[in-house]
Amino acid sequence: MAVWEALLELADDHLVLGHRISEWCGHAPMLEEDLAMPNMGLDLIGTARTLYDHAGKLEGKGRSEDDLAYLRDEREYRNCLLVERPNEDFAHTMLRQFYFAAFMRPYWLAALNSTDETVRGVAGKAEKEMAYHIRHAGEWVIRLGDGTEESAARMRDAVEALHIYVDELFDSSDAARDAEAAGVLPVRADLRATWERTVSEVFAEALLEQPKAAYAQRGGRQGIHNETLGHLLAEMQVVHRAHPGARW
Amino acid sequence: MTVADLGILRWVRVENGVAVAGVTPTYSGCPAVLAIELAVEAALRDAGFEARIERVLSPPWTTDWITEEGREKLREYGIAPPVKASGSIRSLFGDVAVTCPKCGSTDTEKLSEFGSTACKAHYRCRSCLEPFDYFKCI
Ligand SMILES: [Zn+2]
Repeated sequence: MAVWEALLELADDHLVLGHRISEWCGHAPMLEEDLAMPNMGLDLIGTARTLYDHAGKLEGKGRSEDDLAYLRDEREYRNCLLVERPNEDFAHTMLRQFYFAAFMRPYWLAALNSTDETVRGVAGKAEKEMAYHIRHAGEWVIRLGDGTEESAARMRDAVEALHIYVDELFDSSDAARDAEAAGVLPVRADLRATWERTVSEVFAEALLEQPKAAYAQRGGRQGIHNETLGHLLAEMQVVHRAHPGARW
Repeated sequence: MTVADLGILRWVRVENGVAVAGVTPTYSGCPAVLAIELAVEAALRDAGFEARIERVLSPPWTTDWITEEGREKLREYGIAPPVKASGSIRSLFGDVAVTCPKCGSTDTEKLSEFGSTACKAHYRCRSCLEPFDYFKCI
């Protein structure tokens, strides 16, 4: 397996989550969240762009970032399942964001020592952006968890719904293992303790409990996705596919 | 205010007769990067050079690179410049004292973490009651 495929997995995580939260644009419950969501989405999509560009160059077949984002089908997408989960309500959206950022911040901090210069460059920006995402989403987890009866119930539902997707964050595919062995990307499993600490601190304030996962849902890295990803890709890719090669 | 004041334009050098400019994005997804790159390239061409832009990712841009003059121009424009020492975790997590660009009061409050662009937060001054943008530390 090649390093470029590991970068593609990482890029897919960022693009899919970035697109997901951009779906809130114009629908958020208040103006400041209507600004926050697309801003967080832009961070993620910006990171994805650099990673796609780099992956395409390492692959060496002339595929551009647009080719990789718009011309691959669902089964070719390698994102983890957590990021494709639908927005549902604000509790689901913010918990998903918090879980992901709590993983990515230590990931990028570790990637500051990558043997790959582009990865180091991405990491230097992304670790700071992820710190903002942890804070913003974490504050919402606390506000809703320790809020009204209704908001607390929704937050507990979100925890129940999303915790089966957590373990996959710490799995390394064959490609990722090769990239880790080459010192290009950090070892995912090593980040578990940091993630647990971040989550338990926020959950304590949010009056939430972390359930023990009875089983873990996996498959994203093999291209086995929930049906919701197909809908997301259809919306994201339709213009590019209707006008192949269009640029603006 | 220039892109050099903001630390976005890193360097310009002439390589084999071609003017090459290094440009660094502020945030990963800053939508202005492309516009800035095109404008820099156009400026170099207007000055009679063959031009090329290089996007520089490493080391990452930080608000500490905004020059003193740049900070002063931001303030004049009504945007509170970033609190210094962005490298410390305090400026990311602690609530830093942001000074109102209109009246200079430090009695200000954050309204929204995310403002009109990715690089700004929205604040309000409790003294003069004016809302203003704050250039976030990164
Ligand atoms: Zn004031």
